[in-house]
Amino acid sequence: MTPIEIERIFRDEAGRALATLIRLVGDFDLAEEVLQEAFAVACERWADGPAPGNPRAWLVQVGRNKAIDRVRRQIAFRGKQTELHHQMLLDSAAADSATDTGALDDDMLRLIFTCCHPSFAIDVQVALTLRTVCGLGSAEVARAFLVSEEAMAQRLLRAKQKIRLAGIPYEMPEREDLEPRLTGVLAVVYLVFTEGYVATSGEELMRTDLAQEAIRLGRLLDALMPDHGEIKGLLALMLLHDARRASRETAGGDIVLLENQDRLRWDCDQIAEGLALVETALRLPGRPQPYAVQAAIAALHARAPDFAATDWPQIAGLYEVLLRISPSPVIELNHAAAVSMVDGPARALALVDALQARGGLKGYELLPAVRADLLRRLGLKEAAREAYLAAQSATRLEPLRRLYARRLKELER
Amino acid sequence: MQYLLMIYQNEAEYGKMDAEAGKKMTEEYGAFTQSIIQSGNFKAADRLQPTHTATTVRVRDGKILTTDGPFAETREQLGGYYLIEAKDLNAALSIAARIPSARTGSIEVRPIWVYN
Repeated sequence: MTPIEIERIFRDEAGRALATLIRLVGDFDLAEEVLQEAFAVACERWADGPAPGNPRAWLVQVGRNKAIDRVRRQIAFRGKQTELHHQMLLDSAAADSATDTGALDDDMLRLIFTCCHPSFAIDVQVALTLRTVCGLGSAEVARAFLVSEEAMAQRLLRAKQKIRLAGIPYEMPEREDLEPRLTGVLAVVYLVFTEGYVATSGEELMRTDLAQEAIRLGRLLDALMPDHGEIKGLLALMLLHDARRASRETAGGDIVLLENQDRLRWDCDQIAEGLALVETALRLPGRPQPYAVQAAIAALHARAPDFAATDWPQIAGLYEVLLRISPSPVIELNHAAAVSMVDGPARALALVDALQARGGLKGYELLPAVRADLLRRLGLKEAAREAYLAAQSATRLEPLRRLYARRLKELER
Repeated sequence: MQYLLMIYQNEAEYGKMDAEAGKKMTEEYGAFTQSIIQSGNFKAADRLQPTHTATTVRVRDGKILTTDGPFAETREQLGGYYLIEAKDLNAALSIAARIPSARTGSIEVRPIWVYN
């Protein structure tokens, strides 16, 4: 195998192999280190022939042996202290569950729920998940947060220390805690996705790698917990949004708005997959979940042959459902935008102004942009100009800034 | 593992409680303490006198300096603690959430440093 093929296998298997190794060796850092060593061995051994039939079990086996070697060396060096730990490793070697698929799935869920434990700040949850579940390097995680690699390594180190010192259990939440904890996990996945879909700042509109990681996490969760409509809803939402990727920017990196997108460039397969998931999610018993409703909105966009033929009344109606089941200023803003397509920009402007007056969306940079658009459509040039200027100074994303600059130029005509 | 559950609340607000509410609070604390003694989680607990009774000590250049009051002025003050034994952080957090003052103040949960 070529080094690239080995790298790809490792990338696919690292998260799950790590999840099992953490359970077996009982320590995040040790598990990470021995998995890296196992990867180094794989690079040597697999180079001359085919990969083993079950590369994950292979990586776990080699990693565990490395851990046992290490602990043995420590015993020789430090005496009895570590003997207990050693015994634990040997026990786990005896009760071999490294190839049992059910146990491996449970390990992955343990890892996800541990990384997304509510005792971590949300950005720490995201960083830990990207690093350990998705297997991104510290440098890649640092880039996602726009911080230095050193700062990110420090943050991750502290988080892993907290797992050990504060006794954050490596387990699935109990039944009564499962729903709120799952909501937390999905929030992390969605945060990774939204950052990939529209970056907070920088030169690039999208960070495709982050969006892809989020979708991968969504697929993984759906496979591990197939009865949860919220997971299907979120996965559908991400697939449907991401399906438009190719049409969302010009070759030069400028934003192409939904109304001007070339719908032939949308990814039909991904849309089909998303639509099927929305239907399943909405058919499951229980009241509709927020992600599923948002996915239903995305589905209406995906189904529309062109912008004018979009079913705006139904979209506005679904936003009203969202306002009832999970109200937020962002949903209010999106609702207003949909209302503008049904009842015209004047009514939408009243909604946005009311929202702004309540101060509900302080610091949310898209409010002036939505206002500006409504004012422009109402022909209120001067007010629109002011709002675009406000939008321009609020954003830290270059493609958005260029979009507002284009609008300002058009207003001068 | 052992955890220290530190109970922070606004002293001034707490002091304004009327006699009946105060009695109810004492009863709730009693019931909570009994329940964690029975479950085997209890190690120790105390209520502290208010911060105006505090004296803060520092030694600088070999000299003892004392100041009147707590070391930092904060919106909520340390008013008491429980030292508990719990299986893991989840267990500690769910015990912390049952402390009556959690409904009005905040409980900081800190693992105890283990020397080995």
